[in-house]
Parts: sequence; C-alpha cells; structure tokens
Amino acid sequence: MTDTTTTETAGHSYLRAMIRQYAGIVLALLALCIIFSVTNDRFLSLANFTNIFQQVAVIAIAAFGMTWVILLGEIDLSIGSIIAVAGMVGAQVIGLGWGFVPALVLTLAAGAVLGLFNGTMTAKLMLPSFIVTVATMSIYRGLVSLPTGGAPAMNMDPTWIAIGANSFLGLPIIIWIVVVLFLVNHIALAHTTFGRKAYLTGGNREAALYSGINVDAMKIKIFMISGVMAAVSGILLSSRLYSAQTNAGMSYELDAIAAAVLGGTSLAGGVGTMVGTLIGALIIGVLNNGMNMLSVPYFYQLIVKGLVILIAVWLDVRSKQRQG
Amino acid sequence: MEHCDVVLHLTGVRKTFGPIVALRHMDLTVRAGRVHTILGENGAGKSTLMKILAGVQLPTEGDITLGGKDFRPRTPQEAAAAGLAIVFQELSLCNNLTVAENILATREPTRMGFISDRKLVAQARALVAELGLPLDVNARVADLSIAQRQLVEIAKGLSHDARVVIFDEPTSSLSDSEAEILFRIIDKLIAQGKAVIYISHRMEEIMRLSDDITVVRDGEYVATVEKDDTTIDALIAMMVGRRMDEIYPPRLDVVASPSDTPVLSVSGLTRKDAFEDVSFVLKAGEILGVFGLVGSGRSEVMNALFGMLPPDTGRIEIDGAEVRITSAAQAITQGIGFVTENRKEQGLVLSHGLRPNVTMAALDRFSGRGFMRSGPERAAAEGEVKRLGIRTGSIETVTGTLSGGNQQKVVLAKWLATRPRILILDEPTRGVDVGAKFEIYRIIRELASEGTAILMVSSELPEVLGLADRVMIMSEGRVATTAPRDTLTPERVMTFATGHVQ
Ligand SMILES: Nc1ncnc2c1ncn2[C@@H]1O[C@H](COP(=O)(O)OP(=O)(O)OP(=O)(O)O)[C@@H](O)[C@H]1O
Ligand SMILES: [Mg+2]
Repeated sequence: MTDTTTTETAGHSYLRAMIRQYAGIVLALLALCIIFSVTNDRFLSLANFTNIFQQVAVIAIAAFGMTWVILLGEIDLSIGSIIAVAGMVGAQVIGLGWGFVPALVLTLAAGAVLGLFNGTMTAKLMLPSFIVTVATMSIYRGLVSLPTGGAPAMNMDPTWIAIGANSFLGLPIIIWIVVVLFLVNHIALAHTTFGRKAYLTGGNREAALYSGINVDAMKIKIFMISGVMAAVSGILLSSRLYSAQTNAGMSYELDAIAAAVLGGTSLAGGVGTMVGTLIGALIIGVLNNGMNMLSVPYFYQLIVKGLVILIAVWLDVRSKQRQG
Repeated sequence: MEHCDVVLHLTGVRKTFGPIVALRHMDLTVRAGRVHTILGENGAGKSTLMKILAGVQLPTEGDITLGGKDFRPRTPQEAAAAGLAIVFQELSLCNNLTVAENILATREPTRMGFISDRKLVAQARALVAELGLPLDVNARVADLSIAQRQLVEIAKGLSHDARVVIFDEPTSSLSDSEAEILFRIIDKLIAQGKAVIYISHRMEEIMRLSDDITVVRDGEYVATVEKDDTTIDALIAMMVGRRMDEIYPPRLDVVASPSDTPVLSVSGLTRKDAFEDVSFVLKAGEILGVFGLVGSGRSEVMNALFGMLPPDTGRIEIDGAEVRITSAAQAITQGIGFVTENRKEQGLVLSHGLRPNVTMAALDRFSGRGFMRSGPERAAAEGEVKRLGIRTGSIETVTGTLSGGNQQKVVLAKWLATRPRILILDEPTRGVDVGAKFEIYRIIRELASEGTAILMVSSELPEVLGLADRVMIMSEGRVATTAPRDTLTPERVMTFATGHVQ
C-alpha cells in the first residue's frame, strides 16, 4: 500500500494498534448483529440499518460531547435536560416567526450557555461536576416548561421538520449530520492541540497545569462543547417528533455515558476516542432496535442494556489489568 | 561470621511484560544481619525484582525461598505475613489522608469495627518516635514536601515486623541529614538481626552502608561482592560495563556573551509561612545552586517563580523589567522551564506514552494553526530519547511502565523541549544512575554555555558543589548566604543550612 518500508511498518503497527484497541467492541457489535439477524429476518436490511442509524444519531451526537467531558475526568448528567431545552428554544423562536436560521443559531447558543454554566460552576467554584450537573439536570428540566407551562410546543418550521424527514444524496440528512459531527469531533480530538490538551488535562490535571495548560478554561470549553452537542441532539429529536416535548431526552445522559464507556473512554479521564464512542453508540442502537423488533418488553430491555454495559466495562478493566 | 545464615534465596528469576523482558535471569542470596545492596543502571530490573518479592508482581519463572521455605507471594499482604517489609521507590501515599492514617493504612486499630482515631494517632506517633523521624502524624500528606513524604513512606514500610526489609531508593529525595536518620534506622534493623535489601544510585552511601553488593545489568545477575573487596570505580565498571573516570563533566566556557543585566533578579520575595525576603540574581550562562534542608522553603521559592505559588510581596525582574507571573503558562511564555521535584504528580501523565509527555509543555512548537504536527513531534521525542539515553521500547511506550530513573529523564526531556532561557531544576537527577547523571550534568553545562540561566535545587550536596557556579543556601525560609562555589566546603554549607551561623 505504500512504497517505503518504514511507512509500511508504521502503517502496520498503526493498524495493529487499531485492531487491538477496537477488536473487543467491534466483535460485540457483530455478535449482536448476528444474533438479531438470526432471530429476525427483517433485521439485516438496508432499510432497517438506515433506521438504526437514524435512531442512533441522537445518542451518538450527545455521546460525542460526553466523550470530551469524560475524557477530562468529569461527567455531564444534564445533557438529557439540555436536549429538551434545545427543542423548546427552537420551537419558541420559530413561534415568534423569526425563521429557521435564527432558531437554529439561538438553539445552539442555548446549549452553549447551559454548558458554560456547568463548566463555570465546576471550574471556578471547584465543585465536582457530578454534583453540579445533577443540580442543573433538574434546573434545566424545569426551565423547559417555563414557556408552555408543561405542554409540548407544536409550532415547527418546515425546514426544521425536514432535517429529520428528508434525505440528501440518498442518505437521510440526520446521518449526514452524524457523519460530519463525528469527523469534526474526531479530528479535533485526535489531531489538534485542543484535543491534546484535553487528553493531558484528563490524564493528570496537575502535570497539565505545570505545563502551562489552562485547565479551568479547558473544563469550561468542554462543558460548552457538551452543551452544544446536546443541543444538536435536541434539534434532531424535536425535528423527528414534529414538536418540542418537555420530557424529551429523559435519561439520554445514561445512553450517552454508556456509549462512551462501551467505546473505551475511561471514567478516570485521559483515555478515549470518538471512533470508540461511535461504535459504542451503534451497539446501543442495535441493541435497542433488535430488541424492539423482537418485541422484548421495555423493562427487559433495560435489564439487558445494563448487563451489556457491565460486561463491557468489566472486560475493559480486566484487559487493562493484564497489560499492567 | 556468625550472622551468615541465609534468609532469602533467589535463583533464575525471570519476569516479562508481554514482549518486554524486565528480568532475564536473577540470582540473589541475602543473609540475616547484613545490608545487601542491589546496584544497576536505570531500567536494570531492580524495582521489578523487589515488586516480585513484595507480592506486587508474579515472576514469570524462577525459585525463591524465604527462611528455607518456598516463597511465592501473590499479594502484598501475603508477603508481609511471611515477614517481608518494603519501602517502595514510587511514593504510594494517599494525599488526602493524614500521616498517621497512611502509616497504618490497612492495619488501623479498631474498636467494635470502627477505626479508633485516638489509638491510630497514638500508635503512629509511637512508631515515628521509635524510628526517630521528624514527622507530625496529624499533618495531611498533601501538605508535605517530597522528602517528608518519603519519610512517611519509610514509616509505613516499617510499620509491621519483618525478617527482610527492602528499601528501594529511599534517599533519592532526602538530603544528608534526613538520610542519616534512615541510616540509623538501618543500623538498628541490622543489630536486631534482620536482613536489609538496599537500592540506591548514590555510591558514597552504598560504600558506607553495604555488607554485600550485587550488581545487575540488563535484568541479569552479574556478580555479588563484599564491600571490603571492592571500590566505587570497580562497581561502576561492573554496572555499566565500562570505566568512568569523571563524575562531573568539565566546565565549559560561556559561548553566548552575557550582558550585565541579570536575566533573573529577585528581591524581597516573601510568602507567609513559606519563605521570607528571598533575593538573588541570576545571569545568562550561570548555574546557581540552591541548597537547603527539608522545610527550608527552596521548592516553594521555585514554585513562586513559576507562578504556582504567588508570593505576598517582593519583586521579580526578567531582563531588567518587572514581571508578574501568576500562572505556569505565563512563566513558560517568559522563557522559564521548571523540572519539578515530584515527577509522578507534577511532571508526567503516567497513563500516556512518552511522546505526548515530552512535548506537553511546548505544544506551540509542535503545532501549526491549532493542529498537531506529528512529524516534528515524533522527531523531538526520538531525539530526546537518544540524547538522554532513555531506556524504552519506543516513543509510544506508556511512561508509567518506565523505570523510575527513566521517568525522571522524560521530565527533563519535556522541559528541554521548551528551549527555556531560564531553567529551574528541582532535584534533576533524582533516582538517576551514575552514567546517566554524567550525561545530565553534561547537558546542564552545555545549556549554560549556550546562555541558559540555570537555577538548580538539589539535596545532594556534592552535586550542588560539583556543578554550580554560586550556591544559595536556604534555612527556614530565608537565604542564609549566597557564595561562590570555590569559597564553600561541605561543612560550611551544612552549618549555614542548619542555621548554626548568624
Ligand atoms: N508494568 C510494566 N510494563 C512494562 N514494562 C515494565 C513494567 N514495569 C517495568 N517495566 C520495564 O522493566 C524494566 C526494568 O524496570 P525497573 O523499574 O525494575 O528498573 P530499575 O532497575 O528499578 O530502574 P531505576 O533505577 O530507574 O529505578 C524497564 O525497562 C521497564 O520499562
Ligand atoms: Mg527502580
């Protein structure tokens, strides 16, 4: 594939590292696909996979944001509420008759502001992000109902609806958005100084500080990223539901955390990739979709999903112990 | 000799980590009532061997007997129960707990299932007093200096009874007077008929303490000799496989023309309860040694210069202009580099590879428009590995798996990569072997000759006197004196450092 031996061996070792890193979860994903395609002949179809990707989109995008946060050794439990706030802000701006673009911009800005609040409380008041975002999860969820008094907002713009309903070049727009956001997040994490600083800060905050990295600024920026990603998820969700529901995105933070952790992001910080998170989100999506097709009752789905996460984390910890 | 009974016996011990061979073939015979030193270069496998004895790691192959019985501990508890005590090389304390809680961790005295605080403190205090360690058992570990933490580590290691006591580089961050306390403890252990295994890179103390010395090279047993039958030179030759005639490289002429305004000038720097009225100047190409005992405030001053511990009053000037440094980022922008004393906490990201660690303080140099440039980054990491002789599988090796001395070299590499104009070195050769020390000294001299202004804190007096142009001696947070090196003798430095001179 290349003409010099050095780049070839570099390429090989890179490939080997990739295989070693993702072999476990890719196998898990394949195993799930095989199980579901055996038990249900409609599972293995292009239409169903398009469907899975669309369902995964909301979780995957929120999980990209969550990956940044967990990578830093923090957690953001408020994203489910931000998803709902985003839908509501969009619906309200549209209701004012300002049109699609201002609605889009203001929705994303709302996500950024809520993330900014999380980040500032965590960084400047030195509160644990777990506590801060447990609190803001509740606060933001309450904010959703302010404009409508708890009722869903139905006033939606046709372009807003089109995001969830239309296709572009044969692929649903939602999938395009996931692909683009995956690439942006992946490149930002793997190839920019910002991504490097995130890894270093998560790996050892004090050493990062001594190396001239502004770890407070990193925290704030990354909570803002998480907020914006959640806002995008909220736009997609409200678009697919043709409305902004006050209970939208409920417990999505758990799926996002699960996707990131399944993908190998370490809750201790400093370790994780967007590729892993994408695969993790697909596992969760396939699991949801397959069990729905088999008409597995919702409560069994919850049990199975929880067990899968436990097993994945246990395997991960065990493989690390063996290396160490 | 009557005390010649063998306590611990190892044959053909081998340990591999995947493809990496840490110990190839190790033999060792340790006798009661004797100090047995293990000597070897950084990465030779000394700590790995001790971790096997301590039940932290299992050997891949080999036989070990303790007191004639087969010994293969699978946990530290098992090793301790069999009569083995260890003071680890890497500090393993819980920073948010007190000294007492750390010393008696896992062995806390309980009353009806609850930890009895009063008994805990009393027991810890008794132990510390018996060992003669200057420690406040109620202090939080986070508030202690590295040297004090090392003393806590020693107390922790000796908190239970043992037949064999292992010290893995216990003196690497201690100054002479604290080391003396340790030596007295070791003498006592020997008088009680215990066997001591000792690891250090300080040749003088090895010659003073040891009865037997075993040399290891590349994970392989080389020889065991009695102290009286050997010399430092012979030991070094065995250890590195060649002769070394000099410990300090020659002073080089300053190439860059030094201007008369000092690069760094500090006056009246004060921080409550840390240091008071610290003043000094540092010129380009000069090496200013800073010496002081534990608690003298030397590391605190360095942290203040680096923006990590803001001073209450005082003035810092760089190139004649006053500067306010309130963060490490500002210090780095001013051209200051800081090789910190505590490599595990302030120096390295242990879970990451060597490459990102080397470049982490100089990301701007290895990026363009916000994107990392992997070519220059890799080249820099490879260059530093070669220059400092870092023993590692590749530049992607996780730094946490490197040996202690090699980790230290990575910290140094990280700050060399920033190309500082003012380089602060806090214990730069902590845990580094004799050969590598020479290389580091040579690099320090070279930097000075290129015009870098160097502030070097060291608790090793010979190092300070061997390398510095001038020496600033600190005692109890104040500058006792600053004098050219050739006017100082070790005795004079110690009288200033202990505050016996007014
Ligand atoms: N967990 C590990 N995984 C991989 N390699 C390891 C691990 N622990 C140690 N090594 C390797 O084993 C070798 C021996 O390391 P060890 O820590 O025993 O050296 P040492 O003699 O104590 O050196 P120093 O004087 O620097 O403390 C080194 O090359 C090190 O990188
Ligand atoms: Mg060691």
